[in-house]
Amino acid sequence: MQETEKRTAAIVARFAGVEGATLPILHAVQEAFGHVPRESIPVIAAALNRTRAEIHGVVSFYHDFREEPAGRHHVRVCRAEACRAMGSDRIVAGFETALGITLGSTSADGAVTLEPVYCLGLCATAPSAMIDGKPVGRLDEAAAARLAREIGR
Amino acid sequence: MTVRLFVPADAAAIAVGADDVALALAAAAARIGRSVEIVRTGSRGAFFLEPLVEVETASGRVGFGPVAAGDVESLVADGLLDGIGARSLGLVEDVPFLKAQTRFTFSRCGVIDPASLDDYRAQGGGLGLARAAAMAPAEIVAAVSASGLRGRGGAGFPTGIKWKTVLDAPGARKFVVANADEGDSGTFADRVLMEGDPFAVIEGMAIAGLATGASRGYLYIRSEYPHAIARMEAAVETARRAGWLGDRIAGSGHAFDIEIRVGAGAYVCGEETALIESIEGNRGEVRAKPPLPALKGLFGAPTVVNNLLSLAAVPFILAEGPEAYAAVGCGRSRGTMPVQIAGNVKRGGLFEVAFGITLGELVEEIGGGTATGRPVKAVQVGGPLGAYFPPALFDTPFDYEAFAARDGLIGHGGIVVFDDTVQMDAMARFAFEFCAIESCGKCTPCRIGSTRGRETLDAIIAGRDVSKNAALVEELCDIMRFGSLCALGGFTPYPVMSALRHFPRDFGLPETAAAKAAARETAA
Ligand SMILES: Cc1cc2nc3c(=O)[nH]c(=O)nc-3n(C[C@H](O)[C@H](O)[C@H](O)COP(=O)(O)O)c2cc1C
Ligand code: SF4
Ligand code: FES
Repeated sequence: MQETEKRTAAIVARFAGVEGATLPILHAVQEAFGHVPRESIPVIAAALNRTRAEIHGVVSFYHDFREEPAGRHHVRVCRAEACRAMGSDRIVAGFETALGITLGSTSADGAVTLEPVYCLGLCATAPSAMIDGKPVGRLDEAAAARLAREIGR
Repeated sequence: MTVRLFVPADAAAIAVGADDVALALAAAAARIGRSVEIVRTGSRGAFFLEPLVEVETASGRVGFGPVAAGDVESLVADGLLDGIGARSLGLVEDVPFLKAQTRFTFSRCGVIDPASLDDYRAQGGGLGLARAAAMAPAEIVAAVSASGLRGRGGAGFPTGIKWKTVLDAPGARKFVVANADEGDSGTFADRVLMEGDPFAVIEGMAIAGLATGASRGYLYIRSEYPHAIARMEAAVETARRAGWLGDRIAGSGHAFDIEIRVGAGAYVCGEETALIESIEGNRGEVRAKPPLPALKGLFGAPTVVNNLLSLAAVPFILAEGPEAYAAVGCGRSRGTMPVQIAGNVKRGGLFEVAFGITLGELVEEIGGGTATGRPVKAVQVGGPLGAYFPPALFDTPFDYEAFAARDGLIGHGGIVVFDDTVQMDAMARFAFEFCAIESCGKCTPCRIGSTRGRETLDAIIAGRDVSKNAALVEELCDIMRFGSLCALGGFTPYPVMSALRHFPRDFGLPETAAAKAAARETAA
């Protein structure tokens, strides 16, 4: 077995006996690899007694699961209503300019992925974003530019 | 003597610098040789004051906020550690935003150490579960029914009736599902409670288990909430060790345990049948009802699906009695609603209050109007599927029926405030765009209609055939409203049509009489 398959099998084994384990397994696989590798899908399908198409269907349904690797750093800017009310358009523009990429893309050097998110529950300290899992709020363009610079490439 | 300080570890407080403030406080105290204990609480929900630092004094907890890490040195020099200083807010419980609330569900949130079951107990936690453990299931259900509690997830369905259906349903096993998918923009009450008072969530779920005969609970938390997930994982562990979860919970003969499940970024998974599909490991596609989840839900078994706030209201109801809960409220909306005021607002945060307060009081008096100081133009109530209200409708009381009568909904209790710079055609376009992004794809009106709606709004925004396209939008909304299986497709017309109706000028349409009155109100 190849490396990816082996590691996937070890992850899947941790969820033996868990009912409805598909999402927990996919989260764990993505946590380990940064995405859900194509090679992992048959391993997951076999363990759960489901078809590859079914597992692939689940992966493609959820926005969180990615089939391709993302950047080493992950910037998610909130685009939902409360943040729009506080100028999230400008925050997006600020990150885009400072990172040199557009929303929904990864920088060519693989350092950063910039993505929209629809509400982080930080709506009373809007506009908000999350950078590598760390929440940031009350942003303005200058803060966006500073945060973008602080992201190690 | 060691001074006790309280600094929230709530995600929104952290987002505005609470971690740095805690570090700065420890350093500043060390420099002057004072001994301090810094307790990381949840947030009281007064987010405009975050990071809020509290100091325990002989007369109570004195607050300072919002505090920036850079201010800490001078605040400490001015006497913060003794609760004094020009920037003191006085006793935190007397801060008007907090004092004006009726905190049934959030009484401990922001006050206690959320990691400590002892703290929870010392503040009345566990009383409801202890009562429930000594009651027959039907008695618990009767108490919840008598309280008048209705679902806080959106539809306002009576919780007691739902529980009774599950209790009476035959089934070798049953489940309780707590819905903490909280995808609505402008809402954060589930998050704040999980981070600030996680044992209340566990207690509510355990009581639901006793009431319905379910021995297993799932808590489904959206992945956008990593802090809440970590807090709840730890709390479940602690509760197991203390015997609150396990084979014989709270000394009853009943077993109940909780498994935490994490969403994967799909708004539609907040819909109860999609949520069930998601826990089962499938695409989050909505199921047609019947069968009701209460009869045939998770893994085919009778299942209570409740919003997290509905469940968290129950410990109070059992501890204080259903009459105490039902004593406040308005019409058929009994008890309190944790209202969330957000967006462009001066004093944003969580405001738990009895039903019946008007929208205008919430926005203008409690919220203080916009953060930018400009006039309020519109507020969206109830998340992305909720209607936009102009100030002309600010006399609407917070009450399920009153909002429905004005073509709106309370939903999960979020209010998003916009100032007069908002372009309502852009917001209508976003409503369609969001529906297109999040549609589960099962119904054509939702899947295709949302994209067609966005394109039509693009044409309107570009000024092409405006009145013809506006008529097309209206027609599309009718089709979506009546041809969609769930409220994602079915209610997207609310924000779209309310924007059109109340703000026609933003779409390049002639003013209607109603909109004219609304505009006058905004200017006033
Ligand atoms: C698209 C969509 C999203 C929903 N999202 C949520 C949610 O995030 N949280 C929630 O509690 N209910 C949500 N609901 C409502 C649930 O379907 C369900 O009514 C609710 O969880 C029942 O609990 P309650 O009776 O305690 O309100 C959503 C419904 C729809 C149609
Ligand atoms: S209305 Fe939309 S989200 Fe709801 S079931 Fe139909 S396609 Fe899915
Ligand atoms: S709308 Fe941006 S955090 Fe909620």
